Order: sequence, then C-alpha cells, then structure tokens
Amino acid sequence: MSDVDAVIVGSGPAGATAAEVLTGAGWSVVMLEKGRNHLLALDEPYGPLGHVSNDELKFLSRHFLGPDPFLEPRTFRHRESEGDRIFTGGVNNLPSTVGGGGFHADGKLPRFREVDFHARSELGPIEDADIVDWPVGYDELEPYYAAAERLVGVAGDHTANPFAAWRSGPYPMPPGADMYCAVLTSEAATRHGFHPYRAPTGVNSVEYDGRPACNNCGFCAFFGCPIEAKGDPVAPLRRALQTGRLELRTESYVTDVLIEPSGRRARGVRYLDADGSPHEVSAGTVILGAGAFETPRLLLRSGIGNPDVVGRYLMFHFQTYVLGIFPSRLHGHRGRSVTHLMDDPIVPDDLAAAAARAAGLPYFRGGIVEHGSGSHPIVEAIHLPPGAAHTRLMLESPMRDHMVAFTMQGEDLPQSTNRVDLDPTVRDVWGAPAGRVTFAPHRHEAACAAHWAPRLEAVLRDAGADSTFWVTSPPLEDAPRRFGRDPTPISRHIMGTARMGTDPRTSVCDPWQRVHDVENVLITDSSVFPTSTGYGPTLTIVALALRAARALAGLDPLRSTRPPDAPGS
Amino acid sequence: MAASGGRFLSAEEHAVVAAACARLIPARDPHPGGAAVGCADYIDGLLGAFGVEPPRIFAGGPFSGRAGGAAGFGDFLPLSRVEELAWRTRIEGSRGIAAREFNGPVRGWQEEYRAGVAALGADFTTVDAAIQDARLDAFPDFRAVLYRHACEGAYAAPEYGGNRDQAGWTAIGFPGDVQPRGYRDIEVSGRA
Repeated sequence: MSDVDAVIVGSGPAGATAAEVLTGAGWSVVMLEKGRNHLLALDEPYGPLGHVSNDELKFLSRHFLGPDPFLEPRTFRHRESEGDRIFTGGVNNLPSTVGGGGFHADGKLPRFREVDFHARSELGPIEDADIVDWPVGYDELEPYYAAAERLVGVAGDHTANPFAAWRSGPYPMPPGADMYCAVLTSEAATRHGFHPYRAPTGVNSVEYDGRPACNNCGFCAFFGCPIEAKGDPVAPLRRALQTGRLELRTESYVTDVLIEPSGRRARGVRYLDADGSPHEVSAGTVILGAGAFETPRLLLRSGIGNPDVVGRYLMFHFQTYVLGIFPSRLHGHRGRSVTHLMDDPIVPDDLAAAAARAAGLPYFRGGIVEHGSGSHPIVEAIHLPPGAAHTRLMLESPMRDHMVAFTMQGEDLPQSTNRVDLDPTVRDVWGAPAGRVTFAPHRHEAACAAHWAPRLEAVLRDAGADSTFWVTSPPLEDAPRRFGRDPTPISRHIMGTARMGTDPRTSVCDPWQRVHDVENVLITDSSVFPTSTGYGPTLTIVALALRAARALAGLDPLRSTRPPDAPGS
Repeated sequence: MAASGGRFLSAEEHAVVAAACARLIPARDPHPGGAAVGCADYIDGLLGAFGVEPPRIFAGGPFSGRAGGAAGFGDFLPLSRVEELAWRTRIEGSRGIAAREFNGPVRGWQEEYRAGVAALGADFTTVDAAIQDARLDAFPDFRAVLYRHACEGAYAAPEYGGNRDQAGWTAIGFPGDVQPRGYRDIEVSGRA
C-alpha cells in the first residue's frame, strides 16, 4: 500500500492545478515544496500569512521568494566549447516558494493560437531547429483554457485582440484599469497599424472567488500580492487544501524519484526535510511540477526518461526590450506593471515576411509585445553610476518615471543543443549537482529581434518619446549594445526540457504528459512544451495540467463548442 | 566580530562609511544625499543583522502603516535554517565552517567593510572631496559593494534602517509602499 494516491513535487501553477483536480476527485495527495511558505496558512481557513508586502528590498534584492543563488546556484555556458561554465549564480530563477512562479508573476495570461500547436505542419521546418507539432491541438484544449481562466480568475476583453484564437465564451471578469503610459503607446501603435489590446490578466478587476479587486499598488511583477487580488496559484491551492485531502509539506527538497526494480514504475520520492533529515513518501502516482529547470534536473538525477531528450530543447523567450524615455512623468509605479499587449509580431505582415526572407529564413515567429512601465527605485539606482550623475539622474528618473518598456517575448526555436544538465562541480546546499544551462539562441531569434526593434522604436517616438534604444536578453554575442556583463537570459519563461510527443524515441512524455518509460510519472509543468510560442506559458501550463490530471483521475474530458460567429483566426 | 545590539561598525568606521556614501550619492537639492538619508545606518544594520532576533533580513508585512492598516514591516520574519546559513555566510563569511563552504570559501561583508574602511584611511572624513573620490576609485571592488548597499539604504523601506523619514523616497518623488490604500483607477489611467 502506498502512503498516498499521488505525490506532487512543486507547488506552483502546475502542481497546484493538479492538486485541485485530484483532491476534488477524492485522491489523497502529498505536495512537497522545497521553498518556504509565505502564501497561505496551512490550517482552516487557509488565509494569508501577512508576509507579502510592497517591499522592493525583500523581493528584488534579498531573494525572499528564493531561490537564493548562494544556496541554489545554477551555472551557464553558451556551448560546450566554452568549458564547464562561464557563469555561476542566478540563472532564470523562478520563485522557489509555495506558489512557485505564480507567486511573483504579474499574471499576463494569454492563450496560444491554433497555429502554435501545429507550426511544423502549417509553416514548415527551419534549418538547425527541431520545430515539431504538439500532440494536442487548440480545439481540444479550448475548454481547458476556459476552465483555467475561471479557476485562476482572468480579467480581459474577449473582443479586443483580432488575432486571438476562437473562444467558447468571454473572460470571467472585465479588464482592470489601463496604465497611462500604455494608453499613450497603444494609441501610437494603432496609428502604426498595429493591434494593441487590454491584456488578459490573472488579477481581479472586481471581487472574484472571495478575493478582492486589485487596488493598483504597482508592486506587481516580481512581487506577491498583499491582498490576494492575484489568483494564481493561491486559488487552486486553497481549494485543494479545503478538501482535507492535500497535505502540503514545505521546505521539503526532493532528492530522487524512487523506481521499482522493474524500472517501469515509480514507487514514490525521497526528500530532505527542513532540518536536512531524509524521508520517503510512497505514492501510486508521482507528479512533477517543479518547473522546466528543476524537473529535468530531478529526472537526470533519478535516471528517468529518454536519455537522448531529457533536459534538451530548453527554450526561453528571446526578449527584446525596446525602451523610450518620455519628457513627462508617466507614474508607471501605479497599476499592474503591464496592462496592454499586442500580437502583431506573432502574425507577420508583408514587411516582416520580407525581412525573414532577406535573412534566409522561411518565416519569423515573433512574440507578444508587452506595453510596460519603468522600474522601482533601488533597481534604477544600482543601474546608474555613482557620484554626481547618480543624484541628478535619480531626481530626473529617466528609467523609472519617464520610461516605457516594450518587451517582445520572441519565440525561441527548439534546438537539441540547448539544454539543462548537471554541473560536474558546483553543488547546491543539499549537496546535489547544480543545474547547468547550455544555451545559444538560433539566428532566427536575433534576426526577428533586429527587424521588430526599430519598428517598435518608431511607435515609442510617435507616442512622444524623446529617445529610444533597444537591447535583447540574452544579449546578442556580437551585438554592439551589451546588456551588462551577465550572459544569461533574463526570461523566466522556461520551457521544453521534457517535451511531449507520440514517439518515445524523440520525446520524454506521451500526449497525456506521462513519462514514456515510467508509466506512473506525470509531468505537469512547461517542461512538456514542444515549442515555446510567443506567448507567456502560464495559462497553457494550467490548461494542460487540468487536462492531464482529469485524465489521470478518470474524469470525463471537458468539451466546448466553437460559436458559429466566433472572432479570431 | 561581535555585532552587539544589531550594530557592527565602530563610531569611527560609521563616520567613514557615511562620508563615502555622501560621495557615491552626493547631496543635490532637494536630495539630501547618502549621508543624510542614513545609508551608513542601513549598512550597519545589515552588518549587524544577526545581533537582533529575528535577524534584520526580511521585514514583515503586509502593511507598513504609512498608507493605512497596522504597521507590520518592523516585525522581521524568522529565517529558515538554510536562509540563516546563506545570510550569515554573506555577512560573516564562511570562516572555515564546512556547511558554509559547499562551493568554497566566502569572504563576508563584515570583513570587506572592516578592511575597506581601513583602506580608505582614518582621515577619510577630513580630506577634500576630490581625495575621497580618488581613494574610493582606488578600491573599485569595495566601492561596488558600498554603492550597492548605499542604493539600498537610500531607497529601501525605512524599517531596514536607512531612508530616514522616507527622505530618499521624498527626494525622488516615489511614494513608497501604498497598500492597503493603493491607487484609484483615475490615478492609474489619467495624466496626472
């Protein structure tokens, strides 16, 4: 007999969603989270702990949500020829805390488009990349997207984005307040023929699900919400706890997935508790929702999964920051960090198509453009030089109160050489090998950024910017404009390190996210993404986790109908 | 290196750190500069963080009381075992303690400040600004640590020991934490 029906590794959107479905279906679940709990009390009525605050130092300088790069260093290199590593420290750190990546995100929750699930069939291959179709399509996923929007609580306008995929219904809430800077840039973008829209956001615009409406405090991206106006993932986690069938063990670091002698089944996991003492949990099913960095690291340590694929096809979003300095103050510290998006680089026009051909590429796959604001004051300060320039510029505040930032979340093409593996020397505080990233973008990403950045600079100038410039993350290795000395990608959108597919020779998971060779291990995070698309991954993580967990629990598939008059592609 | 009462620097060292912060963040009307906003107090409180319980690392919440609600920032949160390991190592250095050296020895900020302040010279507070700048420039690694901490001290929440009376925020027109009041929609969307 197992201790529980399922053990879930990780308490972010992937794990929390699976926990809600399974406990709702009567399963007993233990969830193990290596980080601390600052999200909610673990007894009735599971209310907030009061640890979350408008505190820039705690959240942005002191690793409050983890991972602390001293305790959990990661390493980075572009390619094997550079040696074991060129950088050690924080690499693409998503929060390591109860709530995971959902805790700190500002909650932009777009869906993918139909073509994203079959780019290979519809658009064709690109040389030196491994673009593949997903083993699930948009029409099948649509009801899960709709359910995900309801369970997280998404505010948005379903008529606003002309490029959006079809929907079975509107968003559960109307959009929240538009930020002033995004109003300026949206008007200019429209004049340039682009299609900005009010971002679907997992932040309450009205009271929803017993949680209050957002009050626009401005400490949104990279902070937690002190008033629980953000639903992801506190809402599903709380509902799972309320069943009485979820036990959440925090500061519990999973070292291994335990495999039965047959090699075909897992019997549970081994973990270290807060004091470092080892324990085991036996479970009928092992669910990995540790994120696309930690999940492959655990698979590699445990010797699970197709060894030719595990950890490979690591994808970030190739981020292009197009920045404009405006003459007037924009008060970007008020509001939800980003209130408008546009999909135009995802649906290339004639200019983009021509630029792709000129670069020797069959097409561009850009990404959503976030219309965002400047930074917080400590961040602004540490990027300025010390001395007289510091004080003069802090008073003028070019980067905080006068800046608009367009961020294009460019699609990062899958390449087998981009991977997470185990560093041969560097260790974490628990004694396990650090995760190591080997990553260099495809030339497609650089060419796409170089095409779109000047077009977006023109929008900012038309919106009133005095000066504009652009940079990318990761920095282009040969670019004249280097983004500091840190070579690592800033993107927290991490995907693809245990891709799903129908062929066990070329994928790690099957279309229901079960590991091919160990039948009772399920992966519910963005590790399973075969491609990165140009959209934030979280809503798709939740939708896929709903689908996979419902199937695991033997619940009927969700279904929806495309309205005959549905807008969209 | 004791940190009694949550402080670490001697009065003389504190004066040197304050003078250095005044060069890295010089006063310019209406900004009172790094010395007057209390950067040295912030740094002293960081170096002496483990002299108080709970350590002065993570301020509490959810509100400060400045925008309504009860004042909770001053109730610092207890650290977990590994968080204490990380922050003691950063501040005190690894000192040959195996648990702190899983990736090799670490020099702590206490040692960096003690050595850095000594290198700037006991007469640092009395020499001309140009000489102060030249001495800071001669120790770029220490200057980088000092500047990072000075920025934190000038613009972090006052509960961490700097940003005295919110003078850093006031100077740059930043309102600081605003929960639970927040902003009305018109303040978000409007021009003013």
